[in-house]
Amino acid sequence: MKIYDGRYVISGLIVFIALATFPVWFNRGKVSPSPEPKLDTPAILEMVQKKCVLAKDEMRIGHMRLLDQWRTEVVRNGRRIYTGMDGKIHEMSFQNECLKCHSNKTTFCDTCHRYVGLSSSTPYCWTCHIAPREND
Amino acid sequence: MNFIISLMAVLALVVAAFLGIEAAGLSRVFGVAIPYAAFILLISGVVYRVLNWASSPVPFRIPTTAGQQKTLPWIKRDRFDNPCNKIEVLGRFIMEVLFFRSLFRNTRAEVDKGPTLYYQWEKWLWLGGLALHYSLLVIILRHLRFFAEPVPSFVPVLGGMDGFLQVGLPGIYVSDAVFMIAVTYLLLRRLIIPRIRYISIPADYLPLSLILAIGVTGILLRYFTRVDLLKVKQLAIGLINFQCVVPEGIGTLFYIHLFLVCTLIAYFPFSKLIHAGGIFFSPTMNLPNDSRMRRHVNPWDYPVEVQTYVEYEERFREKMIEAGLPVAKDIAAGGPAIYSLTKK
Ligand code: HEC
Ligand code: HEC
Ligand code: HEC
Repeated sequence: MKIYDGRYVISGLIVFIALATFPVWFNRGKVSPSPEPKLDTPAILEMVQKKCVLAKDEMRIGHMRLLDQWRTEVVRNGRRIYTGMDGKIHEMSFQNECLKCHSNKTTFCDTCHRYVGLSSSTPYCWTCHIAPREND
Repeated sequence: MNFIISLMAVLALVVAAFLGIEAAGLSRVFGVAIPYAAFILLISGVVYRVLNWASSPVPFRIPTTAGQQKTLPWIKRDRFDNPCNKIEVLGRFIMEVLFFRSLFRNTRAEVDKGPTLYYQWEKWLWLGGLALHYSLLVIILRHLRFFAEPVPSFVPVLGGMDGFLQVGLPGIYVSDAVFMIAVTYLLLRRLIIPRIRYISIPADYLPLSLILAIGVTGILLRYFTRVDLLKVKQLAIGLINFQCVVPEGIGTLFYIHLFLVCTLIAYFPFSKLIHAGGIFFSPTMNLPNDSRMRRHVNPWDYPVEVQTYVEYEERFREKMIEAGLPVAKDIAAGGPAIYSLTKK
């Protein structure tokens, strides 16, 4: 089989294959383990039953929706009390509730978010809400 | 009817993935085997199609003459609509591939009760096509966040720009909305406009139905049911590092989404979608119109024995005179030839 304009055709194919396999040679076989968000903040260590607002799986998948719900409730409806798992009462506050327990933004929120490709400015929440102070 | 066929095909795929996961528990098949098979089919299929095209010679120029060819210096010519060298062809290509220029020229012809034919300005197809392709590009680039670790720095930036509306959590991506609108438009266009419906076959509807289904499942996954992205990324990273980890409990909807994507990429080289590669092989696009400047010799030409008229007459003159046919060289008269024929 004769290939006409082989120069162009072969280089085009090489470009295509290089682009299509980009992740393979970009990772070069490095297996990075899935992140382990740290739960060793003072507030959590003090807890008897180490439980979040909702069940762990629900939190992992749906914490952004819970935050959205809280935000709407507080900002639009003016309600600040949320009954979580096991009837536990929470104040619907991003900084005073979530970040009181999870005061380790960099080793908790950010480890996951970096892994799934949200930049440090996304979630953009931190442009207004103050991230907890760490290690100083 | 044609649409129903393609819709049934897509539904069958969805059901197959659903049953495969829910009833048979084949998460290794749907999470590992099928993605690899689909990817191999994609690469080998594209290579095969491209080499197949490249093995056909195109000896002569078949230019689209959508503009004035290069000619006398005082006639204004159209550099990109009628290119005469490789650089200009490249220009035409860039405009075609990036902006779908030939689609922009689309008009609609209509006979409006009467003998007069009207041509109307019709840019919706161009706009829909452009919107679809660019939003698809953004979506594919955004998906790199699952396949690359560390995530290349442009991906979060792109995601941030795409989610600039900052509506809801997880935030709505503009590209998702544009994609769904464009696919729906392109599908409705085929279904509603009678002439286009008439020429549409299942192979036209299938890619559209497939990407529509991929879009719907993707949107469900992101905005509604949600999945554990950490597990999804583990699966994806495992695939590209050839270590097949299949985390438990990702959810069936994710496998349906993945299976539809696998079907699409496996189907890609063997369907109309390969126009992505085919455009580079379309002779009306990739050839400069230089027929008047260069001689193009057909590579299939083989030497043929030819006989000039002079040789012919030399051979048959006697007989021609007998039959009363005029001959070029009148021998009887011994005079000059009536008209001179010279061998070159
Ligand atoms: C009372 C303390 C407390 C509060 C308030 C709290 N969390 Fe948690 N959170 C925890 C604990 C403890 C866990 C670990 C749960 C487990 O292992 O079962 C956790 C788990 C999580 C996880 C899952 C981590 C993983 O490894 O999968 C996320 C995400 C999370 N929290 C986000 C939030 C957000 C967002 C808020 C605010 C809406 C919040 N948490 C409020 C204590 C808290
Ligand atoms: C433009 C600045 C701004 C940004 C960006 C922002 N917020 Fe807020 N947020 C506010 C303000 C102001 C309030 C009202 C605080 C109050 O009334 O107590 C608030 C309230 C909230 C509340 C409930 C009340 C409280 O005290 O925490 C939640 C939950 C919340 N925001 C979550 C988020 C999340 C999640 C993001 C990121 C997706 C985000 N916000 C981004 C300004 C912002
Ligand atoms: C177990 C890993 C994990 C932890 C821990 C975690 N997140 Fe997330 N977060 C995610 C994933 C996954 C997403 C989804 C990203 C997506 O869909 O693009 C997400 C998305 C979000 C979003 C929505 C972003 C957007 O623009 O769509 C917000 C807001 C958010 N997380 C806030 C937090 C906060 C605040 C914390 C710390 C208290 C936290 N998360 C901890 C995994 C995590």
